[in-house]
Amino acid sequence: MASGVRPRVKVPSTASAGETVTIKTLISHQMESGQRKDSEGNTIPRSIINRFHVTFNDETVIDVKMEPAISTNPYFEFEAKVPESGTFQFTWYDDDGSVYEDSAEITVG
Amino acid sequence: MKLKALTAMAALLVAPAAFAGGADDDTLVINGEIEMTTKADAPEHMEGTGIDQVISGWHFRADETQQIQMDDFENQGMIFVDQAINTWNTAEGSAGQSCADCHNDPESMAGVTATYPKWNEDAGEVRTVQMQVNDCRVNRMGAEPWPYDAAPAINMEALIASQSRGMPVDVAIDGPAAETWEQGKDIYYTRYGQLELACASCHEENYGNYIRADHLSQGQINGFPTYRLKNAKLNGAHSRFKGCVRDTRAETFATGSPEFVALELYVKSRGNGLSVEGPSVRN
Amino acid sequence: MQFTRRETLALGAGAALVTVLPFRANAAIEDHVAEFTGGAEVAEGGVTLTAPEIAENGNTVPIEVAAEGASAIMVLAAGNPTPPVATFNFGPMAGAHRASTRIRLAGTQDIIAIAKLADGSFARASQEVKVTIGG
Repeated sequence: MASGVRPRVKVPSTASAGETVTIKTLISHQMESGQRKDSEGNTIPRSIINRFHVTFNDETVIDVKMEPAISTNPYFEFEAKVPESGTFQFTWYDDDGSVYEDSAEITVG
Repeated sequence: MKLKALTAMAALLVAPAAFAGGADDDTLVINGEIEMTTKADAPEHMEGTGIDQVISGWHFRADETQQIQMDDFENQGMIFVDQAINTWNTAEGSAGQSCADCHNDPESMAGVTATYPKWNEDAGEVRTVQMQVNDCRVNRMGAEPWPYDAAPAINMEALIASQSRGMPVDVAIDGPAAETWEQGKDIYYTRYGQLELACASCHEENYGNYIRADHLSQGQINGFPTYRLKNAKLNGAHSRFKGCVRDTRAETFATGSPEFVALELYVKSRGNGLSVEGPSVRN
Repeated sequence: MQFTRRETLALGAGAALVTVLPFRANAAIEDHVAEFTGGAEVAEGGVTLTAPEIAENGNTVPIEVAAEGASAIMVLAAGNPTPPVATFNFGPMAGAHRASTRIRLAGTQDIIAIAKLADGSFARASQEVKVTIGG
């Protein structure tokens, strides 16, 4: 699944100090549940993103343990505190060991 | 027992009103910016069909599904538009060229989806966006054509459609396109399959009613390609046609076949005046 | 009061359904809850779960969970082949402790959210979502 996975993140580029901002993320992934069968009746093995971790200046915003019940092309929306200018780091962990990353800068003015 | 029967009958009578599958009155604005025309006066050629207002399929969906289309960061179809941007900028084929080498930014495609399918004078045929893309791939890039409605093709069609969002659908049905349009109209009104259903049986005569647990829309394709919750990917109009024809228990036409090209032109013309919405989000 | 044989059988079957089915369905859920809470008591309320009453397609059902000050919220789908859906752990940089996502539901069922609140206690909310087309 490592090919074609492309994250999208939406973070405001500016905020006032201490403001809470809304973050939206979307990533393309089949999220194969392990429940489906192929045309020959064999179970298609599970292959999902099992963890999504977001930090701001190296401190955790949200850390999600994901199960096969999360829909294809996982979407998350959540809120973060922004006490100062800095960087959001987004990391998705795949069952197959792949790691997908994205980051976004925000300026407090 | 008599009372029970009466109650059951009353429930049956009330049900259609309480759960009517008709279009709602919500307003579609994308990203708080792009205002969409989702209801419009029916185009002239639809006189006599009993439809005086054409309605986007968006109005027939639940609020939660509608919401997903209203923000590009919630619209899962947009991930595939992103993938197509990569493809747009990647050189392929013997000529070593990318889409960008001739067409610059994808923004140069604004207006294309609004007027396709369209008569191509040199080729002497009506062409869909995917046919035109493949023409570029084969003749200008020296690359392999994409199979119809396959992922790279439908993703590219979505990227091109997204450049026309908010523009009114305005396909030409006269002049050299008239013959193809008439062929599409014939298909629209032909009953297919063991169930003997025409497109019109559901989408003209019964839109707003339920088919099993689902709403019947007018079958407009102004929102194609569409991200369906059902299969979590972008779907082309021809694939949707195929699904419908299959559901009538008929042998279907193939995606990219002349029959479906004609049907695409005809069905699209029934949405002349509605905004291009692709990639939309549907059930 | 007299019962015919058929009525007696029906009553017996009904009673068996009432006692056995909910117990069996709940056992897996309660195991997951106990694992999350360490066996602590769970109070109703204190966590908000937002989900549609009727999902248009079970393949993609939008949900949102929120609990003020919670350190973690676990979401379970009681009627799925495997009930766990996700656990949201909130860190020091979390704003309001809420999160939304989209989930798969195999059919009409209860969604359950369990939150670990700031004081270490646990709160629970649940909602039934009707699914006409399974995911």
